[in-house]
Amino acid sequence: MSSDPRLIDGEMAPKVSPWRDPRWRAYAFQAALVAVVGFLAFSAINNAAENLKRQKIASGFGFWDTNAGFPISFSIQYYSEATSSYGDAFWVGFVNTLLVAGIGIVLATFLGFSIGLARLSKNVLVAFLARWYVEFMRNMPLLLQLFFWYNAVLKALPSVRESLVLPLNSYLNNRGLTVPKPQALPDMDWVYASVIAGVISSLIYRHWARKRQEATGQISPVGSVSFALVLILPVLVFVLAGSPVKFDVPQAGRFNIVGGMVLQPEFLALLFGLTLYTAGYIAEVVRAGVLAVSKGQSEAAYALGLQPDVTNNLIVIPQAMRVIIPPLTSNYLNLTKNSSLAVFVGYPDLANVFTGTVLNQTGQAIEVISITMLVYLSISLTTSAFMNWYNKRVALVER
Amino acid sequence: MANNGHPILTQTVDEDGRIVQPFVRTENLQALPPPSSLVGPVAWMREHLFGSVFNTSATILIVLALLWIVPPFVDYVLIDAVFIGKDREACIFNEAHPIVGACWAFIGSRFSYFVYGSYPIAERWRVDLFFVILSISIIWMMRLSLPRRGLGAIFSFIIAPVVSFILLSGSETLGLPVVTTNLWGGLMVTVVVSSVGIVFSLPIGILLALGRRSKMPAAQAFCVAFIEFVRGVPLITVLFMASVMLPLFVPREFEPDKLLRALIGVAMFASAYMAEVVRAGLQALPKGQYEGAMALGLSYSQMMRFIILPQALKVTIPNIVSTTIGLFKDTTLVVIVGIFDFLRTIETARIDPIWSAPTISSTGYVFAAFFYFIFCFAMSTYARRVEERLAVADKR
Repeated sequence: MSSDPRLIDGEMAPKVSPWRDPRWRAYAFQAALVAVVGFLAFSAINNAAENLKRQKIASGFGFWDTNAGFPISFSIQYYSEATSSYGDAFWVGFVNTLLVAGIGIVLATFLGFSIGLARLSKNVLVAFLARWYVEFMRNMPLLLQLFFWYNAVLKALPSVRESLVLPLNSYLNNRGLTVPKPQALPDMDWVYASVIAGVISSLIYRHWARKRQEATGQISPVGSVSFALVLILPVLVFVLAGSPVKFDVPQAGRFNIVGGMVLQPEFLALLFGLTLYTAGYIAEVVRAGVLAVSKGQSEAAYALGLQPDVTNNLIVIPQAMRVIIPPLTSNYLNLTKNSSLAVFVGYPDLANVFTGTVLNQTGQAIEVISITMLVYLSISLTTSAFMNWYNKRVALVER
Repeated sequence: MANNGHPILTQTVDEDGRIVQPFVRTENLQALPPPSSLVGPVAWMREHLFGSVFNTSATILIVLALLWIVPPFVDYVLIDAVFIGKDREACIFNEAHPIVGACWAFIGSRFSYFVYGSYPIAERWRVDLFFVILSISIIWMMRLSLPRRGLGAIFSFIIAPVVSFILLSGSETLGLPVVTTNLWGGLMVTVVVSSVGIVFSLPIGILLALGRRSKMPAAQAFCVAFIEFVRGVPLITVLFMASVMLPLFVPREFEPDKLLRALIGVAMFASAYMAEVVRAGLQALPKGQYEGAMALGLSYSQMMRFIILPQALKVTIPNIVSTTIGLFKDTTLVVIVGIFDFLRTIETARIDPIWSAPTISSTGYVFAAFFYFIFCFAMSTYARRVEERLAVADKR
């Protein structure tokens, strides 16, 4: 007996017309789809070639090495209007995007976790405040918030001559925040070395402690030892090496502030806006994650005699993190993508430098926009590939 | 007397020799109130405000912060605010009023600009009519208890968009003067962009989601590529692409106008997000629903229309609404391609020299914040209600 009911006398009987056969229909549909997409792509390329020729726009990536000739207001690597190329401008924009996104992610994580936990607080005032923070941040466009920070707050600050003097010799005015600039002396290398040594030794200690606990059941004070190795050791070395950091302290002159490091209002507005906005979303993610761990888990842990902090560390947090991390990553990605709103406040990130100035100067829309999209796309795809791997690793193994 | 296993009640005899029945309680005593330390406002405050040192200090800090922020804000918005005035004279600092709060007179005088942009004044009734049509479709779609919702969907997704398009852009044959899109602006454009986004993204998103889950490799590859590409890049680059690259890809005579380019960009962007939302709804359905439909001999389109999509879309409503909120907020970015949406009209008006006064910018932003907050908060409250309602249905 054969399993295929369409087999009669060992031969496939033409029971249905190809028109009604799902297999043939699938082929026909896909062929049509490929034809339509192919035709659209073909005519788009044709039209583009014709339009570019008519508008006398060059094509290809030859512009990459030509001199850019425009200034960039903020860069942490070397960039000069006179000698740098469009390629250099691209790297400046790329690094600036990573810089604001990186700092923003760290700050938004801290703020978001605090607010998310505050929403679960027993203290009604704390919970109330956290709730309305989240509502306000999530229900107003990020662009409005950026405009508010940039135009209504940072640009409305007093002029340089009437700078607000903040603690630690910092000055705040409408040209930004000037803070002392730390400069490492040669002995600082010892401190860096001690940080690395501290991290490595704490990892080794953690590994050893876990082995010992598995073998003998004895629990080692991993938390406090790691804390001592990673934080106290470098501080000790720092003091022993004679505090090898010199501060370039800003001085208020008559017309200007001399020295120090200026954090521009464009950068600050973007950082504030991104951090506060994303923290609202992260707070919701954290709250949902903690609530997703059923109460029975912590009750069972208490019934087993575990202390509250052990319960939190070993039972609740690991299970909550399983729920928290995937949406958390997508919020990190959103923050990175939203950093392209730098265009509106004039911070020279990738979108601003490349799809803004470079596009205007070269007119090579297709190349410039493709490169920009490719960069964001590869950041996103790398992150989601990592996420998929992580999800597989922590997913519940169901029997 | 023999005792047949019954308990002997000790009988008590009083002074006169009469037998007194032992006391047996027949009714429950009333429960005692809980100790006063666990009920009432004091206990509530101890539990919720002053539980520990940390709690107490948090409470005190927050009260101080609120005292520091709220009264000045109320002063700014109401007490010191200027409500009447024709130009900047009303809102500048002078001897008559040394402190000036929000300048609502500015909002009042530019209000019609914020709503209609530069739309010709004689034709603004058309925009009003568009708002009415839109409200009807929104209410019809959002109130789940209203009748004939199938007809409502046809009205909202086919009739209303066509009528609105003719109404807003005009048609010589119907006697409506043509209004070119460069005159459109303000709230009207924000609403047009977001409603075009939702009207196109929902059907396209459903198709993309079905394509992504289909077994046809070509269709699946196309849908996955489109969704992942659009979701992987920022909206700004999509808008740039629509506004700068799109005109290159079409023949010269079909070059779309600025607003249309932005609409294409927004619709593409929203479709990819909507596709993922719908896909989540499809995945949430148990496999038995598909198998049951197939066992009944339904074709693919029948199965989708009668069995799968109604259930999948129902559980997806809250997420569709959140995507819509995101879309509504994201419409602010169309400024980048030179379109005057609501936020842009505020940006333009606040730097107008006629109204140049110290509090104009902040007034404009506070007004915009109120506007966006009210709309988005209403939508998210709606989403939460639907979610609760669906949860009730699931609990049966």
